[in-house]
Amino acid sequence: MSAVVAKAAEAPETNPAQKLLEVRDLVMHFRVGHGLFGPPGLVRAVDGVSFSLARGETLGLVGESGCGKTTTGRCVLQLENPTAGEVIFEGRNLVGMEQAQLRKLRNRIQVIFQDPYSSLNPRMTVGQIIAEPIAVHGLERDPSAREERVRGLLVRVGLLPQHAHRYPHELSGGQRQRVGVARALAMQPSLIICDEPVSALDVSIQAQIINLLDELQADFGLSYLFVAHDLAVVRHISDRIAVMYLGKIVELASRRDLYEAPAHPYTRALLSAVPIPDPAMEATRERQVLTGEVPSPLNPPSGCVFHPRCPLAIERCKREAPQLRAVGSAHQAACHLV
Amino acid sequence: MSELVVGLEVPSRGSRLRAACGDFIRRRPLGAIGAAVILLMFAAALTAPLISPYDPVQVHFAAMLAPPSAEHWLGTDSFGRDVLSRLIYGSQTALIVGFGASLLGATIGALIGVASAYFGGRIDLLLQRFMDVLLSFPLIILALALVAILGNSIPNLIVAIMIPMVPRCALVIRSSALSIREMPYVDAARAAGFTHSRIILRHMLPNVMATYLVMLTAFLGQAILLEASLSFLGLGVQEPLPAWGLMLRGAAVEFAETAPWMAIFPGVAISLAVFAFNLFGDSLRDALDPRLRTQ
Repeated sequence: MSAVVAKAAEAPETNPAQKLLEVRDLVMHFRVGHGLFGPPGLVRAVDGVSFSLARGETLGLVGESGCGKTTTGRCVLQLENPTAGEVIFEGRNLVGMEQAQLRKLRNRIQVIFQDPYSSLNPRMTVGQIIAEPIAVHGLERDPSAREERVRGLLVRVGLLPQHAHRYPHELSGGQRQRVGVARALAMQPSLIICDEPVSALDVSIQAQIINLLDELQADFGLSYLFVAHDLAVVRHISDRIAVMYLGKIVELASRRDLYEAPAHPYTRALLSAVPIPDPAMEATRERQVLTGEVPSPLNPPSGCVFHPRCPLAIERCKREAPQLRAVGSAHQAACHLV
Repeated sequence: MSELVVGLEVPSRGSRLRAACGDFIRRRPLGAIGAAVILLMFAAALTAPLISPYDPVQVHFAAMLAPPSAEHWLGTDSFGRDVLSRLIYGSQTALIVGFGASLLGATIGALIGVASAYFGGRIDLLLQRFMDVLLSFPLIILALALVAILGNSIPNLIVAIMIPMVPRCALVIRSSALSIREMPYVDAARAAGFTHSRIILRHMLPNVMATYLVMLTAFLGQAILLEASLSFLGLGVQEPLPAWGLMLRGAAVEFAETAPWMAIFPGVAISLAVFAFNLFGDSLRDALDPRLRTQ
């Protein structure tokens, strides 16, 4: 299916009803430093990203800090106005859509943020936080039925109905993240962007939240765009995984293919950096350490953006940027050598 | 799952407020003194008809320029009016003008500041340059010009004192709103499809409340001082309405040596009121700033 994405123009999707979200050639550039001093710069946060997401599917988006994975999520949410490209959700392009029209659609795409401390308004009770979008979108107009629904949502995410009267600062990190999940669910979305939803939590709480997300997906048929840097978490929750490097997707594959047969040298390096929790195996583990730093997105390298750090780089990599192309049935990579 | 059950007993709002007040008095005695003076002023303004010994506008030619005595505790002025009674009634004028102007000024300023931070870009630029223009006029000159244009009734006086406060408040509130703007809960509100006005009023404004309250108390003292100054210059409250600045005006020039009580007591009242509001405002700022809060 993912092979179709790259050649969307030539081979249109056979079953468009199955496709919930399609992102085409998304570009997000930020202007920086256009002050008095220094020349203006252009941060290429996202530089031509395409992928699609089916109903009920989870797409993991991984990469190092600053690779543009969060910005990609924000563009899908329309919190950023992309420089170019299309975000087609349920058959409609969200980019450049009129504000009032977009506002009505907003409840269909929701978000869970990384930091459960700053993602809840400290001046509102948990009940108000969850009830507000239900009221605004007219999903339940009767106040007492709305309260009932809030209590139901709290129970559904593993909290108590009484928590509706509490303020966020009276809850623990894990509890707050559950409130964040309940707020997203309240709007009856079909897609939830999970922006590192567990990386600010303790490991034991992480598992609880991940399991909760799994259950909710099964119950409500949700799709997730799961942005994270923790490869173990992504492996657990994703159906397919996209690996990003410096604003570009370098590899897009099913979970099994990606973890068992990574094609792109960057993916291989990422996976080889995961420690094995067994000292004997860890000692003999083959590691491929990348040299150097991630280049600045202000001034990305020529050709393949990964070539300065790539152990396999050849002359062609400096000149020519590789396109994402099929290397297996549901496996794409952007590398000249695969 | 035990983390979910602990500590569900909710303390009532009243008991929390009482605890906070007790804490404020113990930790910030100066602020508490300021608060006490402010409360005293309120009490005087509210019960003025009951506690004033004389009618504040009643002229007694028999008791002109009487020094303080058992009959007239703070003496009388050149028309024989009781200074104490005029001071008590004057607190009404000071509070009406002070609260009216600073509430309006701080609220309009806060709205402009938050909207400016929320929208950013060109709207922010335009609003801020307009605020800079207002800011470039000295406080008293701007108020003076406005009173001269509008005429000097009490509502006009409130508007004249309010306008110079708007840009000052807008600047300060904008800077705290800028950090609120970047909070994920504001992103969440945008992603939920809320309207701009809902996000500004329900999600951003309540979170700059601490700054707003501090600006408000700071403005109260300034507004009272400004009202007194304008009245002193003859551009504020008009005779025979009792106002502190007006009492000074009548007294300071001609009777400073022969009947000093006429000038001293209203002067003391003005200083005390401004001082009290400033003390209270400073302590409130410290108490509301979590970084200065000692646990």
